[in-house]
Amino acid sequence: MALQPRARWLSGFGQEVALPVAVMATLVVIWEISVHAFAIPVYLLPAPSRIWVDSAAMAGTIWGHTVATLNTVLIGFAVSIFISLPLAVALTSSRLVANAIYPLLVLTQAIPKVALAPILVVLLGSNELPRIVVTFLVAFFPLVIAIATGLLAVPGELIELGRSYKASKLQELWRIRIPYAIPFIFSGLKVAIALSVVGAVVGEFVNADKGLGYLIVSSTAFFQVPVAFGALILLSLLGVVLFQAVVVAERVLFPWSAKQSQGAIG
Amino acid sequence: MIQITNASKTYAARDGSTVHALSGIDLEIADAEFVSLVGPSGCGKSTLLRLVAGLAPASGGLIDVDGETVDQPRRDIGIVFQSPTLLPWETVLDNVLFPLKIMHSMSPDAPDRARALLRLVGLDGFEEKHPSELSGGMQQRAAICRALIHDPDILLMDEPFGALDALTREEMSLELLRIWTDQPKTILFVTHSIPEAVLLSDRVVVMSPRPGRIAEIINVPLPRPRTFDMEGLPEFQERSQHIRSLIFGDRGGRHGAAT
Repeated sequence: MALQPRARWLSGFGQEVALPVAVMATLVVIWEISVHAFAIPVYLLPAPSRIWVDSAAMAGTIWGHTVATLNTVLIGFAVSIFISLPLAVALTSSRLVANAIYPLLVLTQAIPKVALAPILVVLLGSNELPRIVVTFLVAFFPLVIAIATGLLAVPGELIELGRSYKASKLQELWRIRIPYAIPFIFSGLKVAIALSVVGAVVGEFVNADKGLGYLIVSSTAFFQVPVAFGALILLSLLGVVLFQAVVVAERVLFPWSAKQSQGAIG
Repeated sequence: MIQITNASKTYAARDGSTVHALSGIDLEIADAEFVSLVGPSGCGKSTLLRLVAGLAPASGGLIDVDGETVDQPRRDIGIVFQSPTLLPWETVLDNVLFPLKIMHSMSPDAPDRARALLRLVGLDGFEEKHPSELSGGMQQRAAICRALIHDPDILLMDEPFGALDALTREEMSLELLRIWTDQPKTILFVTHSIPEAVLLSDRVVVMSPRPGRIAEIINVPLPRPRTFDMEGLPEFQERSQHIRSLIFGDRGGRHGAAT
Protein backbone atom coordinates (compact mmCIF):
# COMPACT_ATOMS: atom_id res chain seq x y z
CA MET A 1 0.00 0.00 0.00
CA ALA A 2 2.77 2.41 0.96
CA LEU A 3 4.39 1.79 -2.44
CA GLN A 4 1.45 3.08 -4.40
CA PRO A 5 2.19 6.81 -4.58
CA ARG A 6 5.80 6.12 -5.51
CA ALA A 7 4.72 3.67 -8.20
CA ARG A 8 2.41 6.29 -9.63
CA TRP A 9 5.21 8.84 -9.73
CA LEU A 10 7.39 6.33 -11.53
CA SER A 11 4.78 5.39 -14.08
CA GLY A 12 4.56 8.68 -15.97
CA PHE A 13 7.24 11.19 -16.86
CA GLY A 14 9.40 9.80 -14.07
CA GLN A 15 9.80 6.33 -15.44
CA GLU A 16 10.36 7.41 -19.01
CA VAL A 17 12.78 10.29 -18.55
CA ALA A 18 13.89 10.98 -15.00
CA LEU A 19 14.70 7.37 -14.09
CA PRO A 20 17.10 6.62 -16.98
CA VAL A 21 18.75 10.04 -16.57
CA ALA A 22 19.27 9.40 -12.87
CA VAL A 23 20.77 5.96 -13.54
CA MET A 24 23.12 7.43 -16.17
CA ALA A 25 24.18 10.26 -13.91
CA THR A 26 24.90 7.83 -11.09
CA LEU A 27 27.07 5.67 -13.35
CA VAL A 28 29.04 8.73 -14.55
CA VAL A 29 29.63 9.81 -10.95
CA ILE A 30 30.81 6.30 -10.00
CA TRP A 31 33.13 6.35 -13.06
CA GLU A 32 34.57 9.75 -12.09
CA ILE A 33 35.15 8.76 -8.46
CA SER A 34 36.66 5.37 -9.38
CA VAL A 35 39.18 6.86 -11.80
CA HIS A 36 40.43 9.26 -9.11
CA ALA A 37 40.23 6.78 -6.24
CA PHE A 38 42.18 4.04 -8.02
CA ALA A 39 44.48 6.50 -9.83
CA ILE A 40 43.76 4.95 -13.23
CA PRO A 41 46.09 6.47 -15.87
CA VAL A 42 44.46 8.73 -18.46
CA TYR A 43 45.68 6.63 -21.40
CA LEU A 44 43.75 3.61 -20.01
CA LEU A 45 40.48 5.13 -18.84
CA PRO A 46 40.03 8.90 -18.67
CA ALA A 47 37.60 10.38 -16.16
CA PRO A 48 34.39 11.89 -17.59
CA SER A 49 35.57 15.36 -16.56
CA ARG A 50 38.82 14.87 -18.48
CA ILE A 51 36.93 13.65 -21.56
CA TRP A 52 34.79 16.78 -21.39
CA VAL A 53 37.72 19.17 -20.93
CA ASP A 54 39.90 17.66 -23.67
CA SER A 55 37.03 17.33 -26.14
CA ALA A 56 35.72 20.85 -25.44
CA ALA A 57 39.22 22.21 -26.07
CA MET A 58 38.99 21.04 -29.68
CA ALA A 59 35.25 21.48 -30.11
CA GLY A 60 35.56 23.11 -33.54
CA THR A 61 37.62 20.26 -34.99
CA ILE A 62 35.33 17.63 -33.46
CA TRP A 63 32.31 19.41 -34.92
CA GLY A 64 33.88 19.14 -38.38
CA HIS A 65 34.46 15.41 -37.87
CA THR A 66 30.85 14.97 -36.66
CA VAL A 67 29.47 16.70 -39.74
CA ALA A 68 31.64 14.50 -41.99
CA THR A 69 30.37 11.30 -40.34
CA LEU A 70 26.77 12.53 -40.37
CA ASN A 71 27.18 13.21 -44.07
CA THR A 72 28.39 9.67 -44.79
CA VAL A 73 25.64 8.15 -42.61
CA LEU A 74 22.85 10.12 -44.27
CA ILE A 75 24.02 9.53 -47.85
CA GLY A 76 24.53 5.80 -47.15
CA PHE A 77 21.11 5.61 -45.49
CA ALA A 78 19.45 7.42 -48.41
CA VAL A 79 21.15 5.13 -50.93
CA SER A 80 19.96 2.12 -48.87
CA ILE A 81 16.37 3.34 -49.06
CA PHE A 82 16.49 4.08 -52.78
CA ILE A 83 17.95 0.68 -53.58
CA SER A 84 16.07 -1.42 -51.01
CA LEU A 85 12.56 -0.36 -52.01
CA PRO A 86 12.72 -1.38 -55.70
CA LEU A 87 14.78 -4.43 -54.73
CA ALA A 88 12.13 -5.59 -52.26
CA VAL A 89 9.40 -4.96 -54.82
CA ALA A 90 11.32 -7.03 -57.39
CA LEU A 91 11.98 -9.79 -54.86
CA THR A 92 8.31 -10.09 -53.98
CA SER A 93 6.94 -9.68 -57.49
CA SER A 94 7.97 -13.07 -58.83
CA ARG A 95 9.52 -16.37 -57.78
CA LEU A 96 11.93 -16.14 -60.70
CA VAL A 97 13.37 -12.78 -59.67
CA ALA A 98 13.49 -13.88 -56.03
CA ASN A 99 15.45 -17.01 -56.91
CA ALA A 100 17.81 -15.00 -59.10
CA ILE A 101 18.56 -12.17 -56.67
CA TYR A 102 18.18 -13.61 -53.19
CA PRO A 103 21.40 -15.72 -53.14
CA LEU A 104 23.33 -12.60 -54.27
CA LEU A 105 21.85 -10.60 -51.42
CA VAL A 106 22.80 -13.26 -48.90
CA LEU A 107 26.31 -13.27 -50.35
CA THR A 108 26.68 -9.51 -49.79
CA GLN A 109 25.81 -10.16 -46.15
CA ALA A 110 28.23 -13.06 -45.83
CA ILE A 111 31.19 -10.88 -46.85
CA PRO A 112 32.76 -9.26 -43.78
CA LYS A 113 32.41 -5.56 -44.52
CA VAL A 114 35.58 -4.67 -42.61
CA ALA A 115 37.49 -6.99 -44.92
CA LEU A 116 35.80 -5.58 -47.98
CA ALA A 117 36.46 -1.93 -47.14
CA PRO A 118 40.18 -1.81 -48.10
CA ILE A 119 39.40 -3.54 -51.40
CA LEU A 120 36.66 -0.99 -52.09
CA VAL A 121 39.18 1.79 -51.51
CA VAL A 122 41.43 0.27 -54.18
CA LEU A 123 38.46 -0.14 -56.51
CA LEU A 124 36.73 3.19 -55.97
CA GLY A 125 39.58 5.45 -54.94
CA SER A 126 40.49 7.20 -51.74
CA ASN A 127 37.40 9.35 -51.36
CA GLU A 128 33.89 9.47 -49.92
CA LEU A 129 32.54 6.79 -52.27
CA PRO A 130 33.95 3.62 -50.61
CA ARG A 131 32.67 4.85 -47.22
CA ILE A 132 29.18 5.34 -48.63
CA VAL A 133 29.28 1.91 -50.29
CA VAL A 134 30.32 0.25 -47.01
CA THR A 135 27.58 2.12 -45.14
CA PHE A 136 25.07 0.96 -47.73
CA LEU A 137 26.28 -2.65 -47.62
CA VAL A 138 25.97 -2.75 -43.84
CA ALA A 139 22.57 -1.05 -43.69
CA PHE A 140 20.49 -2.14 -46.67
CA PHE A 141 19.92 -5.85 -46.08
CA PRO A 142 17.62 -5.70 -43.03
CA LEU A 143 15.72 -2.94 -44.82
CA VAL A 144 15.16 -5.10 -47.93
CA ILE A 145 13.99 -7.98 -45.74
CA ALA A 146 11.65 -5.74 -43.71
CA ILE A 147 10.09 -4.18 -46.82
CA ALA A 148 9.72 -7.56 -48.56
CA THR A 149 8.11 -9.02 -45.43
CA GLY A 150 5.68 -6.10 -45.32
CA LEU A 151 4.79 -6.40 -49.00
CA LEU A 152 4.06 -10.10 -48.53
CA ALA A 153 2.17 -9.64 -45.25
CA VAL A 154 -0.82 -8.04 -47.00
CA PRO A 155 -3.89 -10.18 -46.20
CA GLY A 156 -5.19 -12.12 -49.18
CA GLU A 157 -8.55 -10.43 -48.73
CA LEU A 158 -7.12 -6.97 -49.46
CA ILE A 159 -5.45 -8.29 -52.62
CA GLU A 160 -8.74 -9.94 -53.60
CA LEU A 161 -10.52 -6.64 -52.96
CA GLY A 162 -8.19 -4.95 -55.43
CA ARG A 163 -8.63 -7.74 -57.95
CA SER A 164 -12.41 -7.55 -57.71
CA TYR A 165 -12.15 -3.96 -58.97
CA LYS A 166 -9.63 -4.97 -61.62
CA ALA A 167 -6.71 -3.16 -60.00
CA SER A 168 -3.56 -3.30 -62.13
CA LYS A 169 -0.33 -4.70 -60.62
CA LEU A 170 0.92 -1.15 -60.23
CA GLN A 171 -2.27 -0.02 -58.47
CA GLU A 172 -2.12 -3.07 -56.23
CA LEU A 173 1.46 -2.17 -55.30
CA TRP A 174 0.87 1.54 -54.86
CA ARG A 175 -2.58 1.55 -53.26
CA ILE A 176 -2.50 -1.67 -51.22
CA ARG A 177 0.88 -3.35 -50.78
CA ILE A 178 3.17 -0.38 -50.07
CA PRO A 179 0.79 1.42 -47.67
CA TYR A 180 0.22 -1.87 -45.87
CA ALA A 181 3.99 -2.34 -45.59
CA ILE A 182 4.63 1.12 -44.06
CA PRO A 183 4.88 -0.10 -40.44
CA PHE A 184 7.26 -2.87 -41.61
CA ILE A 185 9.26 -0.37 -43.67
CA PHE A 186 9.71 1.87 -40.63
CA SER A 187 10.87 -0.96 -38.40
CA GLY A 188 13.40 -1.72 -41.16
CA LEU A 189 14.41 1.97 -41.33
CA LYS A 190 15.03 2.02 -37.57
CA VAL A 191 17.44 -0.91 -37.89
CA ALA A 192 19.01 0.58 -41.03
CA ILE A 193 19.74 4.01 -39.52
CA ALA A 194 21.49 2.39 -36.54
CA LEU A 195 23.53 0.18 -38.89
CA SER A 196 24.36 3.17 -41.12
CA VAL A 197 26.30 4.70 -38.23
CA VAL A 198 28.19 1.42 -37.80
CA GLY A 199 28.89 1.25 -41.55
CA ALA A 200 30.15 4.83 -41.75
CA VAL A 201 32.57 4.25 -38.87
CA VAL A 202 33.87 1.02 -40.45
CA GLY A 203 34.46 2.98 -43.66
CA GLU A 204 36.29 5.73 -41.78
CA PHE A 205 38.48 3.25 -39.91
CA VAL A 206 39.82 1.94 -43.19
CA ASN A 207 40.17 5.09 -45.21
CA ALA A 208 39.34 8.64 -44.24
CA ASP A 209 40.90 11.98 -43.42
CA LYS A 210 37.94 13.17 -41.41
CA GLY A 211 34.99 11.80 -39.47
CA LEU A 212 34.50 10.55 -35.91
CA GLY A 213 35.76 7.06 -36.82
CA TYR A 214 38.94 8.63 -38.20
CA LEU A 215 39.20 10.78 -35.06
CA ILE A 216 39.10 7.67 -32.84
CA VAL A 217 41.84 5.95 -34.87
CA SER A 218 44.08 9.02 -35.04
CA SER A 219 43.65 10.16 -31.43
CA THR A 220 44.32 6.70 -29.95
CA ALA A 221 47.44 6.53 -32.14
CA PHE A 222 48.66 9.67 -30.35
CA PHE A 223 47.43 8.48 -26.93
CA GLN A 224 44.77 11.20 -26.85
CA VAL A 225 42.41 8.71 -25.25
CA PRO A 226 40.01 11.32 -23.77
CA VAL A 227 39.32 12.68 -27.27
CA ALA A 228 38.69 9.13 -28.55
CA PHE A 229 36.17 8.67 -25.75
CA GLY A 230 34.57 12.01 -26.66
CA ALA A 231 34.22 10.85 -30.27
CA LEU A 232 32.72 7.57 -29.08
CA ILE A 233 30.13 9.37 -26.97
CA LEU A 234 29.28 11.67 -29.87
CA LEU A 235 28.83 8.66 -32.17
CA SER A 236 26.40 7.09 -29.69
CA LEU A 237 24.48 10.35 -29.40
CA LEU A 238 24.40 10.60 -33.19
CA GLY A 239 22.91 7.10 -33.37
CA VAL A 240 20.24 7.89 -30.78
CA VAL A 241 19.28 11.20 -32.40
CA LEU A 242 19.03 9.67 -35.90
CA PHE A 243 16.98 6.73 -34.57
CA GLN A 244 14.59 9.12 -32.85
CA ALA A 245 14.38 11.19 -36.04
CA VAL A 246 13.06 8.09 -37.84
CA VAL A 247 10.56 7.48 -35.03
CA VAL A 248 9.35 11.09 -35.24
CA ALA A 249 9.18 10.96 -39.05
CA GLU A 250 6.87 7.94 -38.82
CA ARG A 251 4.63 9.66 -36.26
CA VAL A 252 4.37 12.82 -38.34
CA LEU A 253 4.05 11.29 -41.81
CA PHE A 254 2.12 8.09 -41.02
CA PRO A 255 0.34 8.49 -37.69
CA TRP A 256 -1.77 5.35 -38.27
CA SER A 257 1.39 3.33 -38.79
CA ALA A 258 3.07 4.69 -35.65
CA LYS A 259 -0.06 3.80 -33.67
CA GLN A 260 0.12 0.24 -34.98
CA SER A 261 3.79 -0.33 -34.26
CA GLN A 262 3.88 1.48 -30.92
CA GLY A 263 3.25 -1.75 -29.06
CA ALA A 264 6.09 -3.60 -30.76
CA ILE A 265 8.89 -1.10 -31.36
CA GLY A 266 8.68 2.37 -29.76
CA MET B 1 -29.49 -11.70 -64.77
CA ILE B 2 -27.06 -14.31 -63.52
CA GLN B 3 -27.13 -17.63 -65.33
CA ILE B 4 -25.10 -20.55 -64.02
CA THR B 5 -25.14 -23.61 -66.26
CA ASN B 6 -23.64 -26.92 -65.17
CA ALA B 7 -20.81 -25.12 -63.42
CA SER B 8 -18.12 -27.11 -61.67
CA LYS B 9 -14.92 -26.28 -59.87
CA THR B 10 -12.09 -28.65 -59.14
CA TYR B 11 -8.67 -27.89 -57.77
CA ALA B 12 -5.59 -29.86 -56.90
CA ALA B 13 -5.09 -30.49 -53.20
CA ARG B 14 -1.63 -30.40 -51.63
CA ASP B 15 -1.28 -34.17 -51.77
CA GLY B 16 -1.94 -34.14 -55.52
CA SER B 17 -5.49 -35.47 -55.36
CA THR B 18 -8.31 -33.61 -57.08
CA VAL B 19 -10.90 -31.88 -54.93
CA HIS B 20 -14.37 -31.40 -56.40
CA ALA B 21 -15.50 -28.15 -54.79
CA LEU B 22 -18.54 -27.73 -57.01
CA SER B 23 -20.30 -30.00 -59.45
CA GLY B 24 -23.24 -29.59 -61.80
CA ILE B 25 -24.52 -26.27 -60.49
CA ASP B 26 -27.54 -24.89 -62.38
CA LEU B 27 -29.00 -21.66 -61.12
CA GLU B 28 -30.72 -18.66 -62.63
CA ILE B 29 -31.07 -15.45 -60.68
CA ALA B 30 -33.43 -12.79 -61.98
CA ASP B 31 -32.73 -9.05 -61.85
CA ALA B 32 -33.37 -7.50 -58.43
CA GLU B 33 -33.84 -10.93 -56.91
CA PHE B 34 -32.47 -11.73 -53.45
CA VAL B 35 -31.01 -15.26 -53.40
CA SER B 36 -29.19 -16.86 -50.47
CA LEU B 37 -26.74 -19.75 -50.55
CA VAL B 38 -26.95 -21.88 -47.41
CA GLY B 39 -25.09 -25.03 -46.53
CA PRO B 40 -22.58 -26.60 -44.20
CA SER B 41 -18.88 -25.71 -44.34
CA GLY B 42 -17.22 -27.14 -47.41
CA CYS B 43 -20.33 -27.16 -49.60
CA GLY B 44 -18.69 -24.70 -51.99
CA LYS B 45 -21.05 -21.77 -51.45
CA SER B 46 -18.20 -19.26 -51.17
CA THR B 47 -16.50 -20.88 -54.16
CA LEU B 48 -19.67 -20.41 -56.20
CA LEU B 49 -19.74 -16.76 -55.20
CA ARG B 50 -16.11 -16.35 -56.27
CA LEU B 51 -16.91 -17.90 -59.65
CA VAL B 52 -19.75 -15.43 -60.19
CA ALA B 53 -17.44 -12.60 -59.07
CA GLY B 54 -14.88 -13.63 -61.68
CA LEU B 55 -12.23 -14.00 -58.97
CA ALA B 56 -11.73 -17.66 -59.88
CA PRO B 57 -12.39 -19.44 -63.17
CA ALA B 58 -14.92 -22.26 -63.38
CA SER B 59 -13.44 -25.65 -64.24
CA GLY B 60 -16.47 -26.58 -66.28
CA GLY B 61 -19.83 -25.19 -67.31
CA LEU B 62 -20.77 -21.59 -67.94
CA ILE B 63 -21.39 -18.55 -65.82
CA ASP B 64 -23.12 -15.68 -67.61
CA VAL B 65 -24.02 -12.26 -66.34
CA ASP B 66 -26.43 -10.39 -68.62
CA GLY B 67 -25.53 -12.78 -71.42
CA GLU B 68 -21.77 -12.31 -71.10
CA THR B 69 -19.51 -15.10 -69.91
CA VAL B 70 -17.74 -14.19 -66.70
CA ASP B 71 -13.99 -14.76 -67.03
CA GLN B 72 -12.73 -11.84 -64.98
CA PRO B 73 -14.12 -9.40 -62.38
CA ARG B 74 -16.87 -7.17 -63.74
CA ARG B 75 -17.46 -3.50 -63.14
CA ASP B 76 -21.17 -3.98 -62.48
CA ILE B 77 -20.57 -6.25 -59.49
CA GLY B 78 -19.99 -5.16 -55.90
CA ILE B 79 -18.55 -7.58 -53.37
CA VAL B 80 -18.83 -7.63 -49.58
CA PHE B 81 -16.43 -10.04 -47.91
CA GLN B 82 -16.77 -11.77 -44.57
CA SER B 83 -14.37 -9.34 -42.93
CA PRO B 84 -14.72 -5.63 -43.70
CA THR B 85 -11.30 -5.55 -45.49
CA LEU B 86 -11.09 -1.78 -45.09
CA LEU B 87 -7.73 -0.14 -45.74
CA PRO B 88 -6.47 0.88 -42.29
CA TRP B 89 -4.59 3.94 -43.59
CA GLU B 90 -7.56 5.51 -45.39
CA THR B 91 -10.47 7.35 -43.83
CA VAL B 92 -13.93 5.78 -43.99
CA LEU B 93 -14.83 8.15 -46.83
CA ASP B 94 -11.72 7.25 -48.84
CA ASN B 95 -12.36 3.57 -48.21
CA VAL B 96 -15.83 3.92 -49.68
CA LEU B 97 -14.34 5.76 -52.67
CA PHE B 98 -11.63 3.10 -53.16
CA PRO B 99 -13.35 1.22 -56.05
CA LEU B 100 -13.81 4.46 -58.00
CA LYS B 101 -10.14 5.37 -57.57
CA ILE B 102 -9.05 1.92 -58.74
CA MET B 103 -11.41 2.02 -61.72
CA HIS B 104 -10.43 5.61 -62.55
CA SER B 105 -14.05 6.71 -62.43
CA MET B 106 -13.89 9.37 -59.73
CA SER B 107 -16.36 12.10 -60.54
CA PRO B 108 -16.81 15.45 -58.77
CA ASP B 109 -20.04 14.24 -57.16
CA ALA B 110 -18.51 10.94 -55.94
CA PRO B 111 -17.69 12.17 -52.41
CA ASP B 112 -21.27 13.41 -52.05
CA ARG B 113 -22.61 10.04 -53.16
CA ALA B 114 -20.29 8.32 -50.68
CA ARG B 115 -21.55 10.60 -47.90
CA ALA B 116 -25.15 9.83 -48.89
CA LEU B 117 -24.44 6.08 -48.73
CA LEU B 118 -22.76 6.44 -45.33
CA ARG B 119 -25.81 8.40 -44.14
CA LEU B 120 -28.02 5.59 -45.42
CA VAL B 121 -26.25 3.08 -43.16
CA GLY B 122 -26.10 5.47 -40.21
CA LEU B 123 -22.41 6.34 -40.47
CA ASP B 124 -22.79 10.09 -40.95
CA GLY B 125 -20.24 11.86 -38.84
CA PHE B 126 -17.70 9.05 -39.25
CA GLU B 127 -16.51 10.03 -42.75
CA GLU B 128 -13.11 11.29 -41.62
CA LYS B 129 -12.50 8.55 -39.02
CA HIS B 130 -10.14 5.66 -39.62
CA PRO B 131 -11.46 2.07 -39.64
CA SER B 132 -9.73 1.25 -36.34
CA GLU B 133 -11.97 3.83 -34.64
CA LEU B 134 -15.12 1.97 -35.74
CA SER B 135 -16.79 -1.10 -34.25
CA GLY B 136 -16.98 -4.32 -36.26
CA GLY B 137 -20.57 -3.66 -37.31
CA MET B 138 -19.76 -0.11 -38.38
CA GLN B 139 -16.77 -1.33 -40.38
CA GLN B 140 -18.95 -3.84 -42.20
CA ARG B 141 -21.48 -1.09 -42.94
CA ALA B 142 -18.69 0.97 -44.48
CA ALA B 143 -17.69 -2.10 -46.52
CA ILE B 144 -21.27 -2.35 -47.81
CA CYS B 145 -21.15 1.32 -48.82
CA ARG B 146 -17.90 0.60 -50.66
CA ALA B 147 -19.57 -2.25 -52.56
CA LEU B 148 -22.41 0.11 -53.53
CA ILE B 149 -20.42 3.23 -54.49
CA HIS B 150 -20.12 2.38 -58.19
CA ASP B 151 -23.85 1.54 -58.26
CA PRO B 152 -23.41 -2.10 -59.34
CA ASP B 153 -26.37 -4.11 -60.63
CA ILE B 154 -25.23 -7.15 -58.68
CA LEU B 155 -24.17 -7.39 -55.06
CA LEU B 156 -22.27 -10.50 -53.99
CA MET B 157 -22.07 -10.97 -50.23
CA ASP B 158 -19.90 -13.68 -48.69
CA GLU B 159 -21.13 -14.21 -45.11
CA PRO B 160 -21.03 -10.45 -44.61
CA PHE B 161 -22.44 -10.59 -41.09
CA GLY B 162 -20.63 -13.77 -40.06
CA ALA B 163 -18.15 -12.01 -37.83
CA LEU B 164 -20.73 -9.86 -36.04
CA ASP B 165 -22.52 -10.52 -32.75
CA ALA B 166 -26.12 -11.76 -32.91
CA LEU B 167 -27.77 -8.42 -32.15
CA THR B 168 -25.69 -6.42 -34.62
CA ARG B 169 -26.33 -9.16 -37.14
CA GLU B 170 -30.12 -8.82 -36.91
CA GLU B 171 -29.86 -5.06 -37.11
CA MET B 172 -27.63 -5.31 -40.19
CA SER B 173 -30.01 -7.76 -41.89
CA LEU B 174 -32.86 -5.27 -41.68
CA GLU B 175 -30.55 -2.49 -42.79
CA LEU B 176 -29.52 -4.49 -45.83
CA LEU B 177 -33.19 -5.05 -46.72
CA ARG B 178 -33.81 -1.33 -46.35
CA ILE B 179 -30.91 -0.53 -48.71
CA TRP B 180 -32.10 -3.19 -51.14
CA THR B 181 -35.61 -1.66 -51.18
CA ASP B 182 -34.05 1.77 -51.69
CA GLN B 183 -31.70 0.63 -54.47
CA PRO B 184 -32.97 -2.65 -55.94
CA LYS B 185 -30.11 -4.93 -56.97
CA THR B 186 -29.58 -8.58 -57.68
CA ILE B 187 -28.14 -9.98 -54.46
CA LEU B 188 -26.38 -13.30 -54.02
CA PHE B 189 -25.90 -13.79 -50.30
CA VAL B 190 -23.82 -16.56 -48.70
CA THR B 191 -24.67 -17.34 -45.09
CA HIS B 192 -24.45 -20.00 -42.40
CA SER B 193 -27.61 -18.81 -40.72
CA ILE B 194 -30.87 -20.40 -41.81
CA PRO B 195 -33.18 -17.76 -40.23
CA GLU B 196 -31.09 -15.03 -41.85
CA ALA B 197 -31.42 -16.69 -45.27
CA VAL B 198 -35.19 -17.15 -44.93
CA LEU B 199 -35.79 -13.67 -43.60
CA LEU B 200 -33.84 -11.95 -46.37
CA SER B 201 -34.36 -13.99 -49.49
CA ASP B 202 -36.81 -14.52 -52.30
CA ARG B 203 -35.23 -17.94 -52.77
CA VAL B 204 -32.88 -19.98 -50.62
CA VAL B 205 -30.44 -22.29 -52.40
CA VAL B 206 -29.54 -25.15 -50.06
CA MET B 207 -26.23 -26.78 -50.90
CA SER B 208 -24.70 -30.06 -49.81
CA PRO B 209 -21.01 -30.86 -49.58
CA ARG B 210 -18.49 -33.22 -51.24
CA PRO B 211 -18.89 -32.38 -54.04
CA GLY B 212 -20.70 -29.10 -53.56
CA ARG B 213 -24.03 -29.22 -55.36
CA ILE B 214 -27.51 -27.79 -55.01
CA ALA B 215 -29.71 -29.93 -52.78
CA GLU B 216 -32.88 -27.91 -53.22
CA ILE B 217 -34.05 -24.40 -54.02
CA ILE B 218 -36.73 -23.12 -51.66
CA ASN B 219 -39.09 -20.24 -52.41
CA VAL B 220 -39.85 -17.89 -49.57
CA PRO B 221 -43.30 -16.40 -50.24
CA LEU B 222 -43.31 -14.09 -47.21
CA PRO B 223 -44.52 -10.57 -48.02
CA ARG B 224 -42.18 -7.59 -48.07
CA PRO B 225 -41.07 -5.56 -46.23
CA ARG B 226 -39.90 -8.31 -43.97
CA THR B 227 -39.60 -7.96 -40.21
CA PHE B 228 -38.37 -10.15 -37.40
CA ASP B 229 -41.98 -10.69 -36.30
CA MET B 230 -42.33 -12.95 -39.34
CA GLU B 231 -40.04 -15.50 -37.70
CA GLY B 232 -43.12 -16.60 -35.77
CA LEU B 233 -45.21 -17.23 -38.91
CA PRO B 234 -45.86 -20.87 -39.89
CA GLU B 235 -44.46 -20.23 -43.40
CA PHE B 236 -41.20 -19.07 -41.87
CA GLN B 237 -41.00 -21.97 -39.42
CA GLU B 238 -41.89 -24.52 -42.06
CA ARG B 239 -39.21 -23.31 -44.46
CA SER B 240 -36.54 -23.04 -41.80
CA GLN B 241 -37.34 -26.54 -40.59
CA HIS B 242 -37.22 -27.89 -44.12
CA ILE B 243 -33.84 -26.28 -44.83
CA ARG B 244 -32.54 -27.58 -41.52
CA SER B 245 -33.58 -31.11 -42.35
CA LEU B 246 -31.94 -30.80 -45.79
CA ILE B 247 -28.67 -29.75 -44.22
CA PHE B 248 -28.61 -31.96 -41.16
CA GLY B 249 -30.69 -34.89 -42.44
CA ASP B 250 -32.05 -36.97 -39.58
CA ARG B 251 -29.86 -35.16 -37.11
CA GLY B 252 -32.01 -32.08 -37.69
CA GLY B 253 -34.67 -33.44 -35.41
CA ARG B 254 -32.31 -34.03 -32.53
CA HIS B 255 -30.40 -30.78 -32.87
CA GLY B 256 -33.44 -28.70 -33.62
CA ALA B 257 -31.86 -25.47 -32.45
CA ALA B 258 -28.88 -25.71 -34.77
CA THR B 259 -28.55 -22.79 -37.12
